[in-house]
Amino acid sequence: MCLGIPGQIVAVTDAARMMAMAEVSGVRRAVNVACIAQGPLEDLVGHWALIHVGFAMAVIDEDEAAKTLEALRGLGEAQETLEAMAAGDAALEGQI
Amino acid sequence: MSLRDTRVTLAHGGGGTAMRDLIEEVFTSVFAPEMMEDQARLMAAGLQEPGARLAFTTDSFVVDPVEFPGGDIGTIAVCGTVNDLAVGGARPLWLSAAFIIEEGTEVALLRRIVASMQAEAEAAGVRIVTGDTKVVGRGMADKLFVTTAGVGVIPPGRDLQAGHIRAGDVVLVNGVLGDHGAAILAARGDMALSVDLVSDCQGLGHLMEAVLAAAPGTRAARDATRGGVASVLNEMAAAAGLAIEIDEAALPLRTEVRGMCEILGLDPLYLANEGRVVVVVPEAEAEAALAAMRARPDGTGAVAIGRVMPGRAGQVTMRTLFGGTRIVDMLVGEQLPRIC
Amino acid sequence: MKYADEFRDPRAARALLDKIADVTAAIGATAENPKRIMEICGGHTHAIFRYGLDKLVPEGLDFIHGPGCPVCVLPMARVDECVELAEDPRVIFTTFGDAMRVPGSRKSLLQAKADGADIRMVYSPLDALEIARRNPEREVVFFGLGFETTTPSTALSIQAAAAEGLENFSVFCNHITVPPPIKALLDDPYMRLDGFVGPGHVSMVIGIHPYDFIARDYGKPIVVAGFEPLDLLQSVLMVLEQIRDGRAEVENQYARVVPEHGNPVSLAAMADVYEPRPSFEWRGLGEIDASGLRIRPAYAAYDAEVKFGVGYGAARRNVPEPEGCACGAVMTGRIKPVACPQFGRGCTPEMPLGALMVSSEGACAAYYQYGGARAEAV
Repeated sequence: MCLGIPGQIVAVTDAARMMAMAEVSGVRRAVNVACIAQGPLEDLVGHWALIHVGFAMAVIDEDEAAKTLEALRGLGEAQETLEAMAAGDAALEGQI
Repeated sequence: MSLRDTRVTLAHGGGGTAMRDLIEEVFTSVFAPEMMEDQARLMAAGLQEPGARLAFTTDSFVVDPVEFPGGDIGTIAVCGTVNDLAVGGARPLWLSAAFIIEEGTEVALLRRIVASMQAEAEAAGVRIVTGDTKVVGRGMADKLFVTTAGVGVIPPGRDLQAGHIRAGDVVLVNGVLGDHGAAILAARGDMALSVDLVSDCQGLGHLMEAVLAAAPGTRAARDATRGGVASVLNEMAAAAGLAIEIDEAALPLRTEVRGMCEILGLDPLYLANEGRVVVVVPEAEAEAALAAMRARPDGTGAVAIGRVMPGRAGQVTMRTLFGGTRIVDMLVGEQLPRIC
Repeated sequence: MKYADEFRDPRAARALLDKIADVTAAIGATAENPKRIMEICGGHTHAIFRYGLDKLVPEGLDFIHGPGCPVCVLPMARVDECVELAEDPRVIFTTFGDAMRVPGSRKSLLQAKADGADIRMVYSPLDALEIARRNPEREVVFFGLGFETTTPSTALSIQAAAAEGLENFSVFCNHITVPPPIKALLDDPYMRLDGFVGPGHVSMVIGIHPYDFIARDYGKPIVVAGFEPLDLLQSVLMVLEQIRDGRAEVENQYARVVPEHGNPVSLAAMADVYEPRPSFEWRGLGEIDASGLRIRPAYAAYDAEVKFGVGYGAARRNVPEPEGCACGAVMTGRIKPVACPQFGRGCTPEMPLGALMVSSEGACAAYYQYGGARAEAV
């Protein structure tokens, strides 16, 4: 039961009911932000949250995302170097 | 003006003057058929050519809501039937239009729908030459159901069918996929999603003529309506007894359509389109066919999405972004929004 | 899409797959003697097949598809109770789309709708609340389904209804929790598992410590994972590395979404509204102690079981599984979907016999739809 997707909080729509507008790839939906509200709801605007069944369930931690991505990018670049070396070796073999 | 009612009543289906007034003021004054007999009498010059064939098709249209961003039930009733003719290589000429109207439907709504039908017909170069109306009690229909039938002429020498597809052929589409299905889903409102998307509904007759001129070896074409591109590909693969492999990275999708699909857990390959065609051409003609489509406003987003392969008969697979493959099956039932 | 597309980069995927192959070889896992890793969550099962990951990992690695699909583990008796509620003429029955096609012993919700029941699919329990506000003369029942990811949403909705005095709104509670069935699987003498990929979105609510017992008491590694393909591959690699290094720890690959201690507001709302049932029935697994939730007496006015006298609150019926259905054996990882004699014959997505063929999270439906077995046979 896990379909959750990242959306950006773009506006507060009904502070009394803890509702804000979230945007996912240009699609907007009013979501409940009770689970992620820590101060004034306005502070949430601009933040990214994980949206599940109309509720913002967690604020996405940009630093943690960047860390994970950096590790993955490092892997990708290493892979590219390996592939380039393999291609170079193949080309050399072809010449001989 | 003798039609004073703002809403259709059962009297408008009763066969008397009320019905006559509705038909004349709302329908025939706009469609302007040549005569008011119970039939259209047609002269088909194209049919005189030896080898020319008549194409004849029919389709019923129900959509909720009946008016949506980018069109209404009338637009798709004309486009759908024009497209069914066009993808078979026929030049669409005439349509019939039959309306089942729910008691209480606003006359102004009917007028808007009739106007958009006439506009689409003019754009497609077809005439609406005969028709019918019936009125049913409240709750017996959802505002309006429309049935159109269409007649066109296939010029000599043209023979598009999925059975002609060969291994190595290239699979093309004329633009981004799923706009219609996603726009309708948003317009229906029960998921409370708002998005700037308009239906892709459009007539494809002129586009098909351009493709066939540029790529005369074109094997087959189908418009990807209900069931989406996935269903068309499955039908084609089954008819050809071949496999089709599409490339996930090549699928043209608008960001908003991807967003809708991510939120509701839907697969864009199964979303309905009303102005998108899947064309299969020999590899040597693929570039010419793409260029012909891209030169037109109804084909600017044309791309190759896959290829016909020897493989298992009837199987459609997709190469995922990671080089994995998965089966793209026929849709089971209807796609339901999910949270899992 | 931000926070999604970056985690679908094929180049990094190839690098991860190479490393997975290296570690798999290093620990001596082979097709004959594979390492068996269970992805607990059905969302992970779906992603594995959607991206074709099952065919990209080495043969020495075997994905066992866990019980984390709430639709799949819902016993048939509960589906029957849903249909019964939905057929009550006073009721507007609201549900997520997932549950519509699940077969009950008489009919599915989709069939009940065709027979005239007022059943409405919604995206959110908030939409069910809105339907209740607009239809004060009708009883609006929401089908509360799902694990800890979804439970806070219905808890907050019940609290909102109570605050507003919205007395025509109630929840038919079928919420279940992840840790108890994991413990049941680990206690099953027939089960052999070498590690777990943990459910990311459940964990964003409950944090990572509820899994401590898996590492501490059973000596198995578990890595809480995100749902993009790179998340999954990286998590699998982390599990394999733990195996290689002889470690058994709870690790968090999905730290961008999962806080160590979960979400305090969600946890408080759940604790306020729900309490554990003594036991709850899981399809294929049987009754598991303290694995289901019920609405606390303080919120009885919003409890459809109490309001309509159905389910665990009333006389329970025993509904046997359909004959020949091997969902239980598949669910516990004893057999692969294709080994079920009914797979693709008496049980297809068009005519599902068992629940695993219904939900797209179900292992059988995923196998069938995305061709786990069929594509390999080409």
